[in-house]
Amino acid sequence: MTNDEKEFRVKNCQSCGQPATVHVTNIVSGQKREMHLCQACSEKQQILKNQELNLSVILQTMIGQHVGATSDELARLTCPACGIKYMEFKAEGRLGCPRDYQVFQKALEPLLQRIHRAMRHVGKIPPHATRNAAVQSELMDLRQKLREAIDVEAYEEAARLRDLIREKEGHG
Amino acid sequence: MNLDIMTQQSGEWLRGGGPDSDIVISSRIRLARNLSSFPFANRASAHQKAEIEHFLRDRLAKFDFLPKLHYLNLAQLSPLDRQLLVERQMISRELANAEGPRGVAVSDGETISVMLNEEDHLRLQVLRSGFSLDECWQEIDRLDDAVEQKVNYAFSEEFGYLTACPTNVGTGMRSSVMLHLPALVLKKEIEKVFRALQKINLAVRGLYGEGSRASGDFYQISNQVTLGKSETTILAEIRNVIPQIIAYERQARQALTRESRHQLQDKIQRAFGTLKSATMMTSEETMDLLSSVRLGVNLNLLEDVDIGAVNELFIHTQPAHLQKLVGQSLDGEERNSARARYLRSRLTGTQLN
Repeated sequence: MTNDEKEFRVKNCQSCGQPATVHVTNIVSGQKREMHLCQACSEKQQILKNQELNLSVILQTMIGQHVGATSDELARLTCPACGIKYMEFKAEGRLGCPRDYQVFQKALEPLLQRIHRAMRHVGKIPPHATRNAAVQSELMDLRQKLREAIDVEAYEEAARLRDLIREKEGHG
Repeated sequence: MNLDIMTQQSGEWLRGGGPDSDIVISSRIRLARNLSSFPFANRASAHQKAEIEHFLRDRLAKFDFLPKLHYLNLAQLSPLDRQLLVERQMISRELANAEGPRGVAVSDGETISVMLNEEDHLRLQVLRSGFSLDECWQEIDRLDDAVEQKVNYAFSEEFGYLTACPTNVGTGMRSSVMLHLPALVLKKEIEKVFRALQKINLAVRGLYGEGSRASGDFYQISNQVTLGKSETTILAEIRNVIPQIIAYERQARQALTRESRHQLQDKIQRAFGTLKSATMMTSEETMDLLSSVRLGVNLNLLEDVDIGAVNELFIHTQPAHLQKLVGQSLDGEERNSARARYLRSRLTGTQLN
């Protein structure tokens, strides 16, 4: 038995006082924090799940580091279709809608270069794709308007918008 | 689709057939796809997510595709049922634990799953037994075309299939092969494999996506790059490296049987003995011991043990499967004793009580 195991034997669950079977050490910005819990409490707190490799956190760090000092121009960029700000993407690591690839293109390209060592798609093209980006974001605008029309109970307008969406979707 | 019946069977990918099936467990490809006229799932309102789920579920219901897909509304399933689908590799842990409208369509035989409202609107997956990336690709390419007949994908000529996370953009394809590498772990050479794979931009993860220490010595090797390379190129890169890892594992197995046959035999027999007689068994210990047993069967050091049954035990002893099999919900301690009882009954042929 190692010293670590001996040490674990005497720990009780911090939450209920039962013998602890789950021991977690977190190191956050150089600060070590230990947690000792019994199985039932650890399940309640979902401790073990949180211990798994968190890819999105790693990615966020990478995106944050890469983008580094954001220029004023970038910081002000907002997608007209989904409303996400460039700063929000930087913080969350997730884009808001397909249009963002166009809106944030300048900032995204160096990031893509770093992640994939490439900036352009080579590969499958959807066989039925005929829609260009303009039609796509127009459809998104229409859906937003439809939502607003339903919210204010403007049902005639909503019906008109719904038909328009169906028409523009074509085979949709 | 009845999840209780599903529990008692094993998916096609666990069948354990095909060439090199002593080392290669399964092959998997997933494609990330989004609808062109909705915000990505993380930016969509609850209402929009419901609209997306409804829209896609409706399209999938009218789907003229074989094998037939069965839709499961995940928001209406119990946490236990969702966990069961995670253990069977039909949905991601993220989708199981997420909130709001979301679902999955699963095919007969569980070779195909289509997740709705995961990080991307659609996550298509094909999962097959053995080293079968090409068959997976043909199937998922056909599935992708069939879905695309019904919906408009977010796609740009420059960036390819547009995804919520820039790490998936381009092909949107993640292809992986799951390997059982117990000898490389025993010989402490697994780290070398990791480093070599990282150099060529391939990622290594555990059975359920965990990091460095994979339970049961199962490792998934997958591509990281999705932009700037075609699907064919990406698949070829993985296809070419797998035989080298297989050869390396075989070499390690031979070295073990040559240099430390007695210790190896002892380890395998002890593992088998413990599985047949213990009265409390954690999931982690079960995975470790089953890994030794699996190695023993493949090296002919254990007789009269069916490899298919061993493969199945890896999944059947996971928490949700176990609870489904015994027909009641169990806490951690109860699970450990039920797991030991289940293992004893399966490995000694006695009745489960």
